[in-house]
Amino acid sequence: MTTPSMSDETLRSLTAAAPEIRPFWEAARRGELLLAHCTACNRPHWFPRVVCPLCGSRDIEWREACGRGTVYSVSVARRATPPYALAYVTLDEGPTMLTNIVDCDVDGIAIGQKVKVVFKDRPGALPAPMFTPA
Amino acid sequence: MSLPSAYVTGAFEHPTRHAPDKSIAQLHAECALGAVADAGLSLGDIDGYFCAGDTPGASPLYMADYLNLKLRWLDGTESGGCSYLMHVAHAAAAIAAGQCNVALITLSGRPRSEGQATGTAPRAGNSSQADEPFETPYRPTIAGMYGMFAMRHMHEFGTTAEQLAWVKVSASRHAQHNPNALLRNVVTVEDVLASPVVCDGIRRLDCCVITDGGGAAILTRPEIARSLSRPLVRVAGTGHTMHTQNGGYIDAVRTGAAASGAAAFAEAGVTPRDIKYASVYDNFTIMVVMQLEDLGFCPKGQGGRFVAEGSLISGVGRLPWNTDGGGLCNNHPANRGGMTKLIEAVRQLRGEAHPAVQVKNCDIALAAGPGRVVGSGHGHATAVLVRE
Repeated sequence: MTTPSMSDETLRSLTAAAPEIRPFWEAARRGELLLAHCTACNRPHWFPRVVCPLCGSRDIEWREACGRGTVYSVSVARRATPPYALAYVTLDEGPTMLTNIVDCDVDGIAIGQKVKVVFKDRPGALPAPMFTPA
Repeated sequence: MSLPSAYVTGAFEHPTRHAPDKSIAQLHAECALGAVADAGLSLGDIDGYFCAGDTPGASPLYMADYLNLKLRWLDGTESGGCSYLMHVAHAAAAIAAGQCNVALITLSGRPRSEGQATGTAPRAGNSSQADEPFETPYRPTIAGMYGMFAMRHMHEFGTTAEQLAWVKVSASRHAQHNPNALLRNVVTVEDVLASPVVCDGIRRLDCCVITDGGGAAILTRPEIARSLSRPLVRVAGTGHTMHTQNGGYIDAVRTGAAASGAAAFAEAGVTPRDIKYASVYDNFTIMVVMQLEDLGFCPKGQGGRFVAEGSLISGVGRLPWNTDGGGLCNNHPANRGGMTKLIEAVRQLRGEAHPAVQVKNCDIALAAGPGRVVGSGHGHATAVLVRE
């Protein structure tokens, strides 16, 4: 699950455009999905920001998500080789995120299906949280 | 509203659909000349210029210099395909405020010549956009994003691929009469269903065309409009919005049309029932269905049934729509549909649409569309136009 090939220096370089989000990627490297959680309105949001898009507060802290969610929608790219599943997954904590459903038969994915997070090591790139059937 | 009105006095759609031998600047210039000629004005009359990200340099400065425009007002609002409908609102406001008298809006591009796989190539990220690292890894394509909207709409409301196909069927019936349309063949529901699945929820014939070309419009003060020989088409109401991702609490079956449409109807003092003709941006068939619902032409979730009744076919249905063939069959210059939507609405109000699709006594029309897709968010703009 971890990506030991990525050095601290590489991670810093890849996150230079948005250094404030670096903790998310440091956690991703450890296989943990973090959510930006607003302690003012007690809601997590997606994608992570330093200002809560729901209430405007700057009281944001990182909290680890349970890593489980539900497929909100999915569309398999049929002309790609191999086909891949683009999806929205609604996390158990509330927010919905764009992602891929992986490590499964793409023809078997359905809206409403329960999924769990899996981090994919991508050479030279940040590890991306994806999902697989729970 | 008590502000003085603005009038659309010039509208021009470039006849080309493939322009490998023309620069984007040339296409903008040809569109500008076409629109001022249509209005009966000249370039020297223009004192306000509005354009979007498709323009050279993504700023009004460069085409203003190319055309040597003597401007008092510049606007480079970039909101993807609906930019030009936002420009209508901004030009009307600038005219009402006395900031300019004659506003030019241009759009041009040549994605067909450049071989852009607009719908099926993963979108390129921009690292200054905070959502980029949370989108790019997943290879979202335009078709894939709209495919997810379609799949969710089908899940929530029972919308079917057959119903979505009626949008394309309707567009094709109109396009057969447009000699400039890229696709003039009338297609059936069966043809649409037999076309290859691009991604779940979207078949090839659910997708708009990729074309080179462009268009332009001229808006003027009332006195100038009345001094010209063109029919009087007044900007009666406008609205625009950003339909955000709502911090991750998304609703992928609803669009910004609910907000932009309500604002435009309110300002115009009309309701959806008053609309005789509607241009609704048709990048994908599902987006037409969702916008028709959100604009109030049918209840939410009933858009599939509405279009499958033939409602959109001029001379047959209750809401003649995209009578030029729309983006699905006619033209989608620069991958942006807002300008061509405006132009066909103006043709209908002037009585200058093709006789086979011209709506009788067309005195109130609507043009609406989305721009860009960011996660599940997008810009949206609506304009209500009336003939006086």
